[in-house]
This record gives sequence, structure tokens and C-alpha cells, in this order.
Amino acid sequence: MTPDLECSALTKRFGDTTAVENVSFQVPPGSFFSILGPSGCGKTTIMRMIAGFLEPSEGDIRIKGKSVLNVAPNKRPVNMVFQHLALFPMMNIAENIGYGLRRQGMDKTQIGRKVDEALDRIGLPGIGSRKVDELSGGQKQRVAIARCMVLEPDVLLLDEPLGALDLKLRERMKVELKSLQAAFDTTFVYITHDQSEALVMSDNIAVMNNGQFEQMGSGQDLYYRPESAFVAGFVGDTNRWQGKVTRKEGDAIELVTENGLTLRGATHGRDLSDGQQADVFVRPEAIRIAHDAADLAHFDNRISGRVTSLLFNGAASRILVGSEDGREEIEVNLPQSGEFSSIAKGDAVHIGWASDQGNCFKAGGN
Amino acid sequence: MRTEAKVGLGLLLTPLLLWLSLLIFIPHVDMFIVSLQERIGVGKYQTSLANYLTFFQEPLYLWTFLRTAVMSILATLMTLLIAFPVSYYIAKMVKGRLQSALFLMCLVPFWVSELVRTFGWMILLRETGIFSNLLQFVGLADGPVEMLYNDGAIMLGLVYTSMLFMVVPLVTTLESLPDEVIEAGYDLGGSGLSVLREIIIPHAMPGIVSGCIVVFMLSLGNYLTPTMLGGKESLWFTELIYSQFIVRFNWELGSAFGFMLLILSSAIVWGMLKLTGQSLEKTMG
Amino acid sequence: MKTHSFIVSAAVAAVVAGTSAASADTLRLLTWGGYAPEEVVAKFEAETGHTVEVTKSNNEEMIAKLRATRGGGFDLAQPSQDRIAGPQAEFGIYKPIDLSKIDASQFIPSMLEATKGNTTVDGEVYGVPHVWGTSGLVVDTAKASSVKDYTDLCNADVAGKVSYRLKRPTLIGFAYSMGLDPFAAYGDEAAYAEIMGKVEDKLIECKANVKTYWGGGDELMGLLRSGEVVASMAWDTGGWKLNADMADITFVAPEAGALGWIDTFVLPAKGKADDAAYAWINFVMQPEVAAMITAAAGNFTASQGADAYADDALKARYQASFPQEAIDNIKWYPPVPAGLEAIEGGVLDRVKAAN
Repeated sequence: MTPDLECSALTKRFGDTTAVENVSFQVPPGSFFSILGPSGCGKTTIMRMIAGFLEPSEGDIRIKGKSVLNVAPNKRPVNMVFQHLALFPMMNIAENIGYGLRRQGMDKTQIGRKVDEALDRIGLPGIGSRKVDELSGGQKQRVAIARCMVLEPDVLLLDEPLGALDLKLRERMKVELKSLQAAFDTTFVYITHDQSEALVMSDNIAVMNNGQFEQMGSGQDLYYRPESAFVAGFVGDTNRWQGKVTRKEGDAIELVTENGLTLRGATHGRDLSDGQQADVFVRPEAIRIAHDAADLAHFDNRISGRVTSLLFNGAASRILVGSEDGREEIEVNLPQSGEFSSIAKGDAVHIGWASDQGNCFKAGGN
Repeated sequence: MRTEAKVGLGLLLTPLLLWLSLLIFIPHVDMFIVSLQERIGVGKYQTSLANYLTFFQEPLYLWTFLRTAVMSILATLMTLLIAFPVSYYIAKMVKGRLQSALFLMCLVPFWVSELVRTFGWMILLRETGIFSNLLQFVGLADGPVEMLYNDGAIMLGLVYTSMLFMVVPLVTTLESLPDEVIEAGYDLGGSGLSVLREIIIPHAMPGIVSGCIVVFMLSLGNYLTPTMLGGKESLWFTELIYSQFIVRFNWELGSAFGFMLLILSSAIVWGMLKLTGQSLEKTMG
Repeated sequence: MKTHSFIVSAAVAAVVAGTSAASADTLRLLTWGGYAPEEVVAKFEAETGHTVEVTKSNNEEMIAKLRATRGGGFDLAQPSQDRIAGPQAEFGIYKPIDLSKIDASQFIPSMLEATKGNTTVDGEVYGVPHVWGTSGLVVDTAKASSVKDYTDLCNADVAGKVSYRLKRPTLIGFAYSMGLDPFAAYGDEAAYAEIMGKVEDKLIECKANVKTYWGGGDELMGLLRSGEVVASMAWDTGGWKLNADMADITFVAPEAGALGWIDTFVLPAKGKADDAAYAWINFVMQPEVAAMITAAAGNFTASQGADAYADDALKARYQASFPQEAIDNIKWYPPVPAGLEAIEGGVLDRVKAAN
């Protein structure tokens, strides 16, 4: 099947700086694709190249198999939901949604019908005559999407559209966006620096850093099987140490941190050898906690210490455990069983994790 | 405490009230009273509307006013046409230091007085002036070309003098239009023209209207530029007022003219606002 | 006209406020450029102890200023003798001159008598003469030799290269040149209006010939110097000044007669330093001082015997422009009766508006 959107060897240079370097990806029809990366990584540049506001220095962009490189933004079968939504304040809601249709030269009655349909679709029937500034943040969000969707674009681009919303609304809109995508059955390309947005909504995610894609895959792939230290550190929360490899046996390695802590981890097939500096990442939920050291005997990483702080957050509660020598602090998820519901600051605890949960990468990347 | 606050507020407002009443209100009342005087003999006057009648009965005065108003409107439109792309360029196309520099360049001509600026144009445009010599030098003209003393020269002077007063409000309103709104216009299928018509101009409307009002009033009330650049063809309404006051000693008719200028120009501005569906509050707010 | 004229008076009030606090020994002089040269002021201040504040103006502005303050703000003014009786009757902005305080022996008797006659209102004399001169034509004799009279400015061979002011001297000059006698019709509004009607037609017909109507002396000098204008109505001094630099250009007394004017001394109605004013009059009428003013302004004065001190080059230019018959032909402005300005104003407005 032809992908809805295909970028090949896309590169964009501004003078001496390369904002996007040799990026290739495909987005299959009807899927939700996210580009996740810190600000300044080049994700907005990709988006603007797809929309047509920027000309790529090299590479090609194909939509439904056809190159759009020489197609002006207003002629491309893609539409964009802007970061600040960019609703037209000089028009009412119906005029906003009907803008693109008017530009296509559709007749008035048909536009009216389509606008009403779109308003029904986003669950805001009858607000057509309202002014933009009379709507709430979430309503504006939906109108911005409807304004694009009436044009039935092949690809809808979304440029961090949730960034301006407050937290509660953002959580709700994540779910809503996903269901809107399903309802419209359109390919969404979403860019964000918020990993939770990407993880919740996307079928596929590309993690981007310094103008390049670090890794592309499903949320699970990125979370559980990061292929670079950057992805391991950027996607999800994690404990991170740096140390020197002291022993290597197949996949398993042993390393000693600068503070003298000995840790065991796994390379998962990556190239690492004795004496090299390595980063090791351990997710807080991979670490077991016990009152009794004996319960953790089967783990090859074991540390005893005291709770230095309690980060209570319902089901996502965590503690910080300071090792006995006080040189390391480790973030650990509390089990949801309630077993440790009475744990308090200063309590002595034992923690441990299996060595294959310790994801090791050669140091030097970030 | 409350009365003290009131006294304080009163004191704060006093300069404003004094300014309004002494320099705006009272002179206008006085001028109005003068305009109602009719000379009936040496040093003898009576109250009547004769001066206003004169304005309407003498086609010359009405014609001069019409000409002044039409040319001011034309000058306003030309200023708008030239200032809009300039303002758009300053507000949207350039950033940072270049933006400030360009904005400053619009200001530079205003560091010298209007008289000096007008003299500058006279030096450029006169028969033995720079443009005329340049045209002859490059072979576009056989003999000296007189570009001064015609309506074109008046227009040029008015547009040049008014430019800043159009650019400032336009840049301010255009800057407040987010780039992404313009991009959204293109993204949703708009062409350059339709984005301009449906998004940029509606957004800039308050700036356009306030700029036009200021430029129109400045042009209508300008005295130096039309008289100096227009020469024998100037015929500007303010010139009539000046000559009634200073040359003819006819303050009564001059005051009536002044009042007619005030009333008619206000009426024109009001009519334009109505015509474009704008209100003064929207424009100022 | 009691409570009116607030606008201008408010503006002038600031000037008055600034000066009225000074002692009566300050002479506030409202005059023309060149009539109170710095060296004369310095000499006067040294001799009398009075101080002089000079404001430069012209006929119309002088009267407008004095009207605004109803004769206040200045202690001595110098409008032309024909502009005294009318405004005095209309606005009452001057006060009579006490002739006993004037040294009549310093004046050329015929000029003093003529001025006294022209400035008498209700038996009181309001002005004494100071500087006199004429207006006629300034012509580039090499390029515009055909221009000998006012109406010659409408000749085809100087089309687009002539200028004049759109003011009353032009109306009067053209009228004489057309064989009419406007001064004789001063007393008869209907006859005057008829004359002005003919002049209006002529000026409208002539408008295409005119490059521009000049407004200020400097503007005219620029036009003549650059050669953009080769013939213009102007004051005699303007022509003589240019003649000093460019031999072809000079003042020509028109065949119909140059128009003669006399600028006077008058006392504004609310002047406060009359003694200083009389002192100034008697001081500047001394032949040596009068000669200094002639040197600065370019015009001769009514001072008896000042000719002896005048510059020879100026005298030569004067004699070249004014042979005896031209002097005899000078048309001296009689006082303008109140109301004529309205007729002239209408004519000037219509000429300006014509295409």
C-alpha cells in the first residue's frame, strides 16, 4: 500500500547549521505518527517542509506517492493545526471552518452543510455564529481540527497543539484527539516535545534529536527497547548512571560508577567492551523493593538504603532511596499492591533489579 | 480619606481640564462667536449667519473646499497604498535590528521641520533642480522640466509628509497578527490575494482606519505643503482661511471658514467610518 | 468686537506676558526686515539707555497682530501709510502722534506733509514717514527685453518665465498698465469694482504665462537668480540687489508708473513706551543713521539730507532706474478706504482658482 506520507533523505540547512539531516520515514494511511523531540531538534522544520512553508535543501516529500516539492502550500493536500491554533479572529466559527471550502470555490449552501456536519462531528453543534474568543481552549482546539478536516486532507499536521492548554484539559484532549483521528480516519502527523502525548496517541513515534531520527517504532519499542542512550533517557523516566565497564560476558556486563557503585547490566547486543565508559539506564518500575534483603536474593543488583523522600502520586507514587554510603540516589516505583503504603521517610529498605533491566550504552552519546 | 482622594484626583485632572478648556474649548467658542458677526459698516457688526451664507453662496469657496477634500482623500489613499506594503515588510518580513533600522528610516525625515522638508522637495523638483538636470543628463528630456507648481507636486508633498502617520499604526496592527494565522490562511488553500483580503486587511482595519483619519485630517489642514509646492495652482482651503485672517482682515469670514472646515471634515470622517463599517471605538480601542 | 479675537490674542498674550514685566524703557518695535539694523539698535541703546526688541513682519501681519491685541504688545510699528487710516477707523489699533515730540526739521517736508495728510483720522495725525520706495518690474534685460510695463508680463515671448505676487499691488499695477486709474476710483466702490473686474479678466488670461505667484522676497530672488523667471513684479531694492551680482538684471520703472509706498511710524493704541518710541523716531531720522538704514534695507528714507551719506553705487542704480520722468510718474498709494479689501480679495481668490 502506498504510504500517505513519505519523506526520503530529507535535509534542511540554514546557512551553516543543519536543522534536519537525512531524515526518512513513511506514514501508512490512517495512522497516527508522532515526531518526539526536545525543542530545537528540528521537528518543526520537518513539519514546515511538509506543509510547504520551507523548501528542503535535499530529499523528497511524497504524499500519496506524488512528490509535492514544487507544490505551493495552498495547493498541497495537507493541512496544519498550528501551535496556537491560528483561528482567524476576524471571522466567526462557521466562517473559520468554511474558509478553506470558500477558497475551493464551493457554493454557499454546500459550505453551510459541510460546516454543520463538521461541527456535529466535533460535538459542538450550533456554535457557528459565535466569535473565536467566546470559545474555551478545548473548543478552539476542536474547531481548529474541524477547519482542516472539512478539506479532507490526505495528511493532517499537528504542531504541538496541546502546548497552550492547562494540564487537565491536555490529558482529556489526548484521548479526544485520538478518537477524532479514528473518527475522521485520516493520517495524523503530530509533533511534540511531550513524550506522554506521543506515547498515548501514536501508532508510531520517531524520536528526534539534533536534526536526526534516533529511533522510530511503536511506543512500546521506544520505551522498552531503546536503541540509543538519548531515547532511553528521553522517553519515560529512568535512573541513569555512568561508569566504566569492568567485565563483559556475552550480553552481560559489569561496571563501576564514579562513586564506586558496582552495577550489572545488559548490552542487548550493542557493542561495548572492557574499560569503556558506559551509560546504564534503569526504569523506576523495574526496581523491586523489599523490607527484607533475602526477598531480593535472585536479583544480581542489590542495594540497601533509606528512603530520602516520598513522592506520593496515587498509583504513580515513587520513593527516592539513598544508598547506605549516601553516594547514590535511586528513584523507585512503589508497587500498586499497597504493600508499602505506610512507608515513610527514613525507613530502611532494600532494592534490587535484574541485570537485563539495566540498559547499557556506550557513553559519549547523551 | 475619601475626600482627600477626590481632591487628589481633582488636582491630577486640573492640568488636563485646563488644557482642554483653555486651548481647545474656549478658543473654539470664541471663534464660533466671531464667525457669527457680520460687518455692516466701519467698526459696526451684527450677529447673523451671513458668513456661513457666503461660504455656501460663493461657488469658489465651496469648490476650493471640495477640491481640498478630494485631493486629501486621494493623498490618503495613495499614502495607504504605499505605506501598506512598506509596513507589511517592516512588521512581517524583517526581524530584529533591520526592522528597527527600517522603522527608524521612516522617522528620519521628521527630524527636520516641515518647512525644511518642503524646501528639500522644491530643490529637487524645480526647473533648475536636481531631477530636471538628471533627466537632461541621461537624455530623457531635451530641456529643463518643471515639476513644481502643479497638483502632482502637492500630492507628492502630502504623501511624503503623511507617510509616517500611516506607517506607525499599520506596523503596530500588523505586528499583532501572528505569523501562523497568515500561514494558516495559505495552508487552508488561500492565495496571496485572498489571504490579504480575508485575513491581513480585516486584521489591519483598525490601523488602516486610524491611519487614514490622521492622514486625511493632516492633509486637509496642511498649509505649507500645498502653498509652497503648488505655487500658482495650489488653491487649498487653509490658504483661504489664512488670507481671510491675515490679508483681508476678515476674521469673521475666516472663522466661519474654520468652522466649516471642522464640521465638513468631521462629517467626511464620520461618513467614511460608516461606509467601511468601522466605529471610532474599535479604531481607538 | 469687544470680546472676540480670543484665539490670536491668547497666542499674543504669551508674548505680552513676556514683555510687559520689563521696564517702560524697553521699546518693542514691530517693523520690516532691514529697518532696524543691529548697529543702529546698538548705537541707540548706547545713546539713550533704552533697550530695543525688534519683531520683523509685513503690512498684513502687523495689522493682524495689533488687531489681535487691540493695539497692545508693541510700542512702535511701521505699516505703510496707506494702511493706517482704514484699519484705524475699523479697529482703533493706533493712537495719535504728538507732533510736538517729533523733530520735524529732520524730515523731507513734502513727504512729512503728504503722510500726515494720508494718516489723518478725525483730525488726528497717526503716522509720520520713514522709509519709502517703489514697486515695479525686475527684468533680466538680456532675456526679456520686451517687458517694459506690467501687462508685458503677459507677452508670449516670456511665457512660463514670469512671476508676480497675488496681492493688491499687482491689481493696481495692472490697472494702470491697462489705462485705468484705480486710485481715482478709491472713493467709488462701484467704479473700483468695475476696474477690478477688468483686471481680473486680464490676470486670468495671463495666468498661463506665470510660472508661479511668489510669496516672499527670498523666493523671488531664488527664481530670478536661477533664471527660472526672467521678469517679475517686485520692489526696487530687490532688483538693485540682484544688479549688484548680475548686471543684466535690474529694476525697471514700468511705463504706466512705479507704485510708490511710504512706510511710517505709528504708535499702537496700547503701547507703553511712548517716550522711547519718540526717541527712536528722532534718532533714526538723523541723516547719518538714516543712511545706515538705507544701506541695510536698500531703500531711501524721508530723512532730510541723508542722501549725502548714501552709497554711490546705490544712488547710481537708483538714477539708472528712475529718470526724472519716471520719478514724476510714480503713483503714490493713497489711503485704502475700508471695504476695498473685500473687492480685491474676491478678485484675488477668483484669479487663484481660475485655470
